Amino acid sequence: MGIELPSLNFGALLPVIIVILTSVMVLIFDLALSDKRPLGWISFVGLMFAGGAGWIQQSMEGFDPAFQNMAITDGYTHFFNLIFVVGAGLSVLVALGYLGKKGLQGGEYYAMLLLATSGMMIMAAGTDLMIIFLGLELMSISLYVLAAINRYSRASLEAGIKYFLLGAFASAFFLYGIALIYGASGSTNLNGIGEGLKAVPKGYEALPLFGLGLLIIGFSFKIAAVPFHWWTPDVYHGAPTSVTAFMSVGAKAAGFAALIRVLTVSFGFDGSMFADNWHVAVATLAVLTMTLGNLTALAQNDVKRMLAYSSIAHAGYVLVGVVTGTEQGISAALFYLMAYAFMNIGAFAVISVLEQQDAIGTNLEEYAGLAGHHRVLAMLMAIFMLSLMGFPMLGGFWGKVYVFLAAIEAGWIVLAIIAVLNSGIAAYYYLRVIVHMYMSPVSDQSHAINLNSAMQVALGLAAFGTILLGVMPARIMDLAASSGLFG
Amino acid sequence: MEHIPTTWYLLLAAILFSIGAGGVLIRRNTLVIFMCVEMMMNAANLTFVAFAREFGSTTGQVFVFMVMTVAAVEVAIGLAILVELYRHVKSVNIDSFDSLKG
Amino acid sequence: MVEYVWLTIAFPLIGVLINLFFGRLLEDAFSKWFKRSEVTGFIGSVTVVLSFLVSFAIFLQALGIEHFSHQVKLWDWITIGDFHVAISFLVDPLSIIMLLVVTGVGSLIHIYAVGYMDHDEGSARFFTYLNLFVASMLVLVLSDNYAGLYVGWELVGVCSYLLIGFWFFKPSAADAGKKAFIVNRIGDFGFALGIFLIWSTFGTLDYMEVFHEVGASHGEFASVINWVTILLFVGAIGKSAQIPLYVWLPDAMEGPTPVSALIHAATMVTAGVYMIARNNVLFAMAPNVSLVIAFVGAITAFFAATMALVAFDLKRVLAYSTISQLGYMILAVGVGAYAAGIFHLFTHAFFKALLFMAAGSVMHAMKGVIDMRRLGGLKDKMPETYWTFLIGAAALSGFPLITAGFWSKDNILVKAFELQQPNQAFGIILYTIGIITALLTAFYTFRAVFMTFHGEPRDKNLYDHAHENRRVMTLPLWILAIFSIGAGFLGLPSKLGLPNWIEDGWLYSVMAESHEILEHAHHFAHIGFGLEIALLSISAVVALVGIFGAWHVYIRYPQIAVDTARYAGRFYQLVLDKYRVDELYDTWIIEPGKGLADILAKIVDMNFIDKTLVDGSANSVRGLGHIMAILQTGYIRNYVMVIFVGIVVMGVYFFLL
Repeated sequence: MGIELPSLNFGALLPVIIVILTSVMVLIFDLALSDKRPLGWISFVGLMFAGGAGWIQQSMEGFDPAFQNMAITDGYTHFFNLIFVVGAGLSVLVALGYLGKKGLQGGEYYAMLLLATSGMMIMAAGTDLMIIFLGLELMSISLYVLAAINRYSRASLEAGIKYFLLGAFASAFFLYGIALIYGASGSTNLNGIGEGLKAVPKGYEALPLFGLGLLIIGFSFKIAAVPFHWWTPDVYHGAPTSVTAFMSVGAKAAGFAALIRVLTVSFGFDGSMFADNWHVAVATLAVLTMTLGNLTALAQNDVKRMLAYSSIAHAGYVLVGVVTGTEQGISAALFYLMAYAFMNIGAFAVISVLEQQDAIGTNLEEYAGLAGHHRVLAMLMAIFMLSLMGFPMLGGFWGKVYVFLAAIEAGWIVLAIIAVLNSGIAAYYYLRVIVHMYMSPVSDQSHAINLNSAMQVALGLAAFGTILLGVMPARIMDLAASSGLFG
Repeated sequence: MEHIPTTWYLLLAAILFSIGAGGVLIRRNTLVIFMCVEMMMNAANLTFVAFAREFGSTTGQVFVFMVMTVAAVEVAIGLAILVELYRHVKSVNIDSFDSLKG
Repeated sequence: MVEYVWLTIAFPLIGVLINLFFGRLLEDAFSKWFKRSEVTGFIGSVTVVLSFLVSFAIFLQALGIEHFSHQVKLWDWITIGDFHVAISFLVDPLSIIMLLVVTGVGSLIHIYAVGYMDHDEGSARFFTYLNLFVASMLVLVLSDNYAGLYVGWELVGVCSYLLIGFWFFKPSAADAGKKAFIVNRIGDFGFALGIFLIWSTFGTLDYMEVFHEVGASHGEFASVINWVTILLFVGAIGKSAQIPLYVWLPDAMEGPTPVSALIHAATMVTAGVYMIARNNVLFAMAPNVSLVIAFVGAITAFFAATMALVAFDLKRVLAYSTISQLGYMILAVGVGAYAAGIFHLFTHAFFKALLFMAAGSVMHAMKGVIDMRRLGGLKDKMPETYWTFLIGAAALSGFPLITAGFWSKDNILVKAFELQQPNQAFGIILYTIGIITALLTAFYTFRAVFMTFHGEPRDKNLYDHAHENRRVMTLPLWILAIFSIGAGFLGLPSKLGLPNWIEDGWLYSVMAESHEILEHAHHFAHIGFGLEIALLSISAVVALVGIFGAWHVYIRYPQIAVDTARYAGRFYQLVLDKYRVDELYDTWIIEPGKGLADILAKIVDMNFIDKTLVDGSANSVRGLGHIMAILQTGYIRNYVMVIFVGIVVMGVYFFLL
């Protein structure tokens, strides 16, 4: 009689494993290479491989649980992996074009970026709160480092410490929430929690409800939902722009990935008071997030900071999709995140091109007359701004349309109206950038613009993705709808 | 031999967690805030262990090991960032990190 | 081959991308060896020629296959619940013939433009727009649903606006661009409503599904179809420059001449005709609306011809003749002769593009002068331009038997004559207007020929400067000249026992359903051999009389023209002023509109909306933003505190519910 070895099914986590191995490889090569740029390309290739592995997994039908039901690779995981690969891949390219200018080119940057990506992937794949927590921490800790990676800049370090302190604080609540839910349901497995909570007698729901509240808060922190968003503007502003681009897309998507899975799998069952409660709570968060994000963005004169607030607002739109809890709403949220990945990284890439030293080159005034100065760059920025605004035939437009329609169909009419009003307000500050670029005279402070090949590829891909999602949204929507969360 | 009921452990954990949270809220020294966060995490750990003991399952106990590792990593990173920041600001007072706002 | 139809759109789009991003760069790189327009023009031309080759291959494949109709679906574009719109193309004889016209004539015009634009710095921009236009037009004609049709419809409008205002530094060009855009918007509004009505009635935007539902119905959609056809026709009025929205087309001549040739003669303006022919099933089921359409077409044809009689700007003469010829096409589709309308569209594309390009050739040689009062006697200086222009003019006038215009125009007139429903008299009236217009057409066309190429040069300076243009410009002229003659033999009158390949063969399957509906309603009388010969003879005589008249007035006794102008006095002046329609619109629509807008602006807007609502709300919203921004203090302990409050609120909410 021997010991039966559990089947772990490493294959199911192939993309994660590839990403982690790539980061190890980057660290090893870092010792040998004096020119650090090849490390970026290695990372890029590694991410492409991870994407390819995901593609192959997807073509092999069937959803594989792995590591004793700790993780699963279903359509949902695939879709998020795609977002992460897109986000991380584009960010690596942006970093290749940006770090040199700042004197930050180094192996640890790419290694951390890859580790953060693997954390995100683990969050999306995790079906156990323990795994989700580990993924979240792997992602967060790597991002703390990335935010503070420019140790010659006070702003970067301050961003790092703010992110770290508030992040750790939120993590503690998140952890305590897990503990309470574990206590109430006797399990940390998402399905197990669902089963366990069904058995909770009437009148004893307070404990798991409080736990659920803490979980939502933990995720809200990662996705930058109001009122847990306070770190966002400061960190996005202070961190190196290439990091901001990555954080704003990747961390947000990962937070949503875990949030949606937890809410629908563990707390989504009909007729429970849990479902009713989280819908209202998330709807409140959505309204606060959209409104505060957009309003504060109006008051910004720094484009980088403005985009930080805009990224808060976008989290609000995605939350509108999450609120519905319907298949249509969740698919819409997924689609939105994909579109957001392209357009937001694109926008930050443009900012990183124009940025000179700390906080110089990111002010709106310095965008004046960009169209006359550098036509292509201005046009790309206009595309990203229009898409973020929700201009027809671009990716962001369909994201909004799908989300709003899903909200209406699910009966959240008032929420949909608030969302539409909000996107109206938002148009003002996105258009302001375009107006400055196209209708103001060239500012005398304009600097020489240097676009290297990596940045060109990044910008091109981001624009291509933004337009592609606008031209053929139904494809991606089908992919998002086949996520398998709803069986 | 008399058992201490699980509820007491949970209560203790809740109190520890609150003390930790309160410390984060009111203390000015960043290092002390780190400690308070650690305290909150350990309160959560205590809750895990208490429940695991109650259920007679190992899940909660394993979780605690994971959390301890994570907490250690977190503090290491946090301290590193703080040391670098100290070189610029010459202070560990949390209120001195206010250059980013608006 | 047919599944590669998307290549026809993809090639010009590739051209757009190359010229947009790398156009200037490439021009600079090759500036040592080539002129600017030759570099970007080469890219533009090659992409359209490739697109033409694909079209031609599809045409060859379709040739001889009965009921050739393929839907090529690329991908689902929009899916919202049960509502699907696909990016999908309908390849059938009708779209193939449009494909050939757009890419064929388009290629020649691109090649011609390489020569024409050789003095222009903005050639990269020019060819970008021109390629974009071709791609948009192909989207319009290839789409298998109304959504795609509308997208193409709007895109060609945008391209037209960009190209009319291409020389935006000239105020007249910028104004003309704006005018075209605004006037077209009026039509597009109706068009969009029509499409919306289709969607809300049938729940789909796919042509085939709509036609199928209509075909299977038993009159329950009658009133809806009336409204749909009216609204769609409003769109056609704008795009195809019919009364009362024709005013933008003459002004559109401010654009570079290749643009006039491609967009404002050969392709875009025919979109309305194509759209009606595509929806022939719907229009055949709305006979009353169709009758109105026929009259609008006939009156437009006549009205525009009278204005062409007196215009002195050669390009404007051609612009009015375009409106007039579009009137014929609209007349044709109005009386239910859809194939005849498309046939005239087909032949007209060749000879009108030819005329415009020849006129452009004159303009290019004369340093931009296009006023016929300063031209004259050019036939010896520019023989190739002269002969090709003459062929085009003959086709436009309907010179009997050998020109394409004769056969296609006659086809329309015979159909109008045959009209029986609701009353034979309508048919006779339409025919009479048509034949009178034909007389005017022949007259003004040859007036232009004689004034430009014959007689004594009126401006010696310019005359001495004139020279024949380069081969790159004249070769396309000759190719078009060949088609201006040859294309007519594709649609000879079947009543005479001659083959009418286009109507009875090629387009028959597309029009079969409407043909049946019209047969059933005894829409047309079937005239005999003798009457057909008689009508043909009338057409021939009319054309010859018109040409002779022009010769009589402008060559033999030039004094007559001057005397008539003086004798007709005020009426002449009225026509010369384009019946003062522009002024009429100005006084009755634009000025009151402006006045009203002024009043609204002054009283309502400035004081109430601006100050109170817009400024007020904008300021208060921005003020709110500033307050929010103040909350972002930068102090971590503030953040922690607010987060903690948030947690407590959430906790309380979950606890107390």
